[in-house]
This record gives sequence, structure tokens and C-alpha cells, in this order.
Amino acid sequence: MISDRWLLPEGVEEVLAPDAARLENLRRGVLDLYSSWGYELVIPPFIEYLESLLVGTGSDLDLKTFKLTDQLTGRLMGVRADMTPQVARIDARNRRGDACSRFCYLGTVLHALPDGFTRTRSPVQVGAELYGHAGFESDCEILTLMLETLELAGVEEVHVDLGHVGVFRALARRAGIDGDRESALHDALQRKARGEIAALLETADPGVAAMIEALAELNGEASVLAEARARLGNVDDEVVAAIDRLERIAEIVKARFPATPLHVDLAELRGYRYHTGAVFAALVPGHGQEVARGGRYDAIGSAFEHARPATGFSTDLKSLLSLARAGGAEVEQSVILAPWSSEPALAALVKKLRKEGKRVVYELPGEQRAPGGGVRHVLRKRDGKWLVTETED
Amino acid sequence: MLTIAISKGRIYREALPLLDAAGIRPNDDPDTSRKLLLDTNLADVRLLVLRARDVPTFVEHGAADAGIAGKDVLLEHGGGGLYEPLDLGIARCRMVVAARRGCESLPRRPRVATKYVVSTRRYFAQKSVQAEIIELYGSMELAPLVGLADCIVDLVDTGGTLAANDLVEVGDVCPISSRLVVNRASMKMKHERMKAFIDSLADAVSNVSAQGAGRARAS
Repeated sequence: MISDRWLLPEGVEEVLAPDAARLENLRRGVLDLYSSWGYELVIPPFIEYLESLLVGTGSDLDLKTFKLTDQLTGRLMGVRADMTPQVARIDARNRRGDACSRFCYLGTVLHALPDGFTRTRSPVQVGAELYGHAGFESDCEILTLMLETLELAGVEEVHVDLGHVGVFRALARRAGIDGDRESALHDALQRKARGEIAALLETADPGVAAMIEALAELNGEASVLAEARARLGNVDDEVVAAIDRLERIAEIVKARFPATPLHVDLAELRGYRYHTGAVFAALVPGHGQEVARGGRYDAIGSAFEHARPATGFSTDLKSLLSLARAGGAEVEQSVILAPWSSEPALAALVKKLRKEGKRVVYELPGEQRAPGGGVRHVLRKRDGKWLVTETED
Repeated sequence: MLTIAISKGRIYREALPLLDAAGIRPNDDPDTSRKLLLDTNLADVRLLVLRARDVPTFVEHGAADAGIAGKDVLLEHGGGGLYEPLDLGIARCRMVVAARRGCESLPRRPRVATKYVVSTRRYFAQKSVQAEIIELYGSMELAPLVGLADCIVDLVDTGGTLAANDLVEVGDVCPISSRLVVNRASMKMKHERMKAFIDSLADAVSNVSAQGAGRARAS
């Protein structure tokens, strides 16, 4: 079919002017932001062996990963669908003793299956990870960095959603639920399907069952945490510690971002298989899914023999750009038009202007120019000297 | 603003009393009006009238905050991206396997005609049967009669259509009823409004089932 030769694969898109310039501007902006927080940039490879790529993240990522055979070794390779496990490997294999590491990363990832509302398969993932600190303070640092990223991108009316996978994990263990039954329960809880949750808990200890059922309703403003303490607070130290931690995080978020609504949801179990502690996400009105998310995954380095506390967040730069208020991050540069000439004086002036950051375009003999094109100034020769002059119209 | 997606027909008719009990009354009737976006007596609530299969899609992407959809549709959609807080107990029926009378025993690798591909695959896999699935959009009952399939998987209410086409049930897949589904982001960002809506619907559902039990006792 010649007529559809130009079509790109589903979910694979190109970014053109002026969006490409806005995207690049934002890319530089977020990397500068992370650098100012002391996060070191790492650039993981685009492709690597599947076994290290899929480590510790469960089957979701397996389905999402494009795979191919390495002709040199016959082993399966994958194109990264998520850079988080790569950065975990970098931390595990390059760490300096027990010192904390702060890493940031940015790059295109590829998804075998389209995801979310945008249906994209090639998001530009950006994120930051903090390794080696277990306290709530590092959760707060990462959460703050996530919100500052959204602010920088010009995304407005952000809501924060806060949860903790440890609550469900501890209660399920206490109820003696594991394996398939735990997955089924996790699935029902993720859908807040109260009836199904109750049915799955029929044989469990009634006290613990009531607590797990309560998780589906323990969502709302931060005051829900007080209710959670009352309903869940007397059986398991881990549950109490999780609620404590969420309260402290909520306090800090409220103090740092007083205008940002905070929502707590103890049944929010996205990424349950690899998250181990507090999890959070950012939402905006009119957009049915999270725009950024993160949380704690202390075990992620274990596959590389160096498990240590870890927390991080990531988001898709392209979708942030589409959510940013139109014009919020506009990059428009006016053009100075120069006639084509062999005169060294003109060439020198053009070089000087470009060095100053101006955008100078030579108008080639016979060149057809699109109307407009941001031309505000023209180089003209007056009395033997080249000058920057306003356009005549 | 709360936007609720709902499909026309039986689900709409049976959901109306529940919505009414929750204080929501549409200003138009989708059976007589051609409007697809119905305003209600409440200024901040509107209804979207959709094909049943589209309800989860609208809700998952946040085009609607909530929706009412049959469990059959949700099983096909793969409900991961949605909250499903309430079984409304309406539009009840069963998903069953049916075959032609006299041909009830299925071959080792049966051909199954259905609209419900995901549920069918899961059901036969659980029975350790490898089934060839033929996806159809309607009139499934015809398929076994004309030799297109060995059996069908379809929804059955009274069983009248099966009997009229000389089909008999040979397996029970699952019971079906309509559920309230809620967009994840709406649940968090419109929390107070949404919680009030869910609670009032839950009250309406428990009142209806209490009345049902009362009627059953009286008869």
C-alpha cells in the first residue's frame, strides 16, 4: 500500500515545531531543577538483556516490553519500557558504600502496548530516585520534587493522592492470605469492589477481615488517617507505622504546598508487586488518570544483590506538555533575516549576533520564505555599515 | 459537575428508580428524545446515554465520572482501570454455555460463538478445554443451528430465546448484574460529591433488596 506508507505505527508519534522546542525547553528545565537538588544525571542504555530489565517489577512490565534476539549471543534483549529498574541496577552496581545516592534520568521508553488516555507507546520518561534513606523525609523529598516538576511544566490544579501498600500487605499476612487468593483480593481491593472483597474474606478471621474491608472505604481527606488509626491501629505494628508515616508526609505536603488538595487512599495498590511503602500520585481535573506517580520500593536492588531503601517518582514529559496551559511554556524566538552575501563584514556580524543568542537566517538567492516566520528584523547595509533594522511592514 | 454514563434499555429502566432514590431525575427520556446528553433535576449532574460496551471506556478515560455497566461488559473490558464500588443488583441474568438439543456433549476442541471473548476463554481454560472462539456481534443462537459453532456463550434471562432456537444450557459461566463503576481520578478529586452519590445509591440498593425480601416473605 503506497498510499499509507507515511503512517507511523500506532502510538508512535513525532514531535514538530513549535512543540519540539517546548519539549526540549522543558527537558532542560527539569534536568536543571534536579541538578539544583543534587540529583546526578544517569543515561541508561536504550536496550539491554531482558533478565536485568524485568527484574523485580512483575509481569506488567514483561508484557509492555518490546523484545528481540541478540545476534551476538542468542540471548533475548528488551527495549526499556521503564527506566526505574535500570537505575536500580546502576545504583546496586556502582554504589559508594552506604552513602545515599540521588539519581535522575530522562529518555524515550517504548511500550509494546499503548497505555493511558494518550494511547502513546513512546513516552519520554523523566524521573528521580533516592537510594539509601528509609525515613519519611526521603519520601517527602521525592514527592516535593515531583510537584516542583509539574509546577515547572506549567501543569495547574494538581491534586496529590497518597497511599501505603504496607497496610494491605501486613493485614493480608495476618489473615493468612497469600498466593492466588492474595492476588484476587488485591484485584478486588484495587477496584474497591466491596461485595467481592467480602466474599473473598469469608473464611478469614472476622476481625482482620473487617479491617481489610475497611480499606476500601478509608479514602478521602487527610483526616481519614485518624479514622484509619481508630479502625486498624491495634493489631499490627507495621500498620501503625505506615499510618504514622503517612501522617507525617501529609503534614509536610500541606505545609509546603498549602494550595494543593491532598487525598489519602489506603486501598491504592498500583505497583503493589514492587512497591513496599508509601506511594503517591499526581492528578489533574479533566484527566482520568495519574499524570505522575512514585513511591517506595526498598527491595528493587535485591536482584542485583544490593537491596537498600529506595524511593522515586517518574512521569511522561510529553503528556505534561499537553497538560500545560497553552502558552505557558511557549518558546518563540524572533528571526533576523540577513541577505546572502560574500562580504566578511556581514559574516562577522552574523556570527556575533548568533553568539549573543539571536536567531539569524541567511536568505538564500531565490529562496521562497513562508509568510510570517517570526521575522522581526532585517540586516541592511547603510553608509557602508551593516545594521540590524526593523522590518518595513 | 458529575457525569454519569449509562446504557439505554433494560439497565436504564432498572437504574432509574435507584437514581431517583439518590435524588437524581433525568429531564428527558432517552427512548423518546434523541438527546444523548441528558440534564437532570440537579444542576451539577448529567447523564450520558451510550452503548453498553462503551460505558467502561468513557469512565476509564474520565469522559464520565461514573457509569452503570453490566458485569459482562466489565469482564470483557478488564476492569483494572476502574473502581467498582457497588453491585446495583439490577439487570440480573446469567452468562451460560448453550448447545443444540441433542448435541450437548462438546467435542474435545469446541468452536464457541460469542460476544464475550475474554470470559469465554477464561471459562474454558478453567475447565481445561481448548476452545476456538468465533467472535460475533449478535444473534449468537444461530451459530450452532447452521454449523458455525458447536456451542455459544451468551446471556440468559428467562431462557426463552434459547428454547425458541432449540438450544439447551450445558454450562454456567457466571451470574451477571449491573455495577456502579467510578473513574479513579474522579473518586479522588471529587471525593465528597462522589462519596455522597455512592452512599445514596448504596442506601437505595439495600432498601430495594429489603423490600424484595419483604415481598418474598409475604408471598
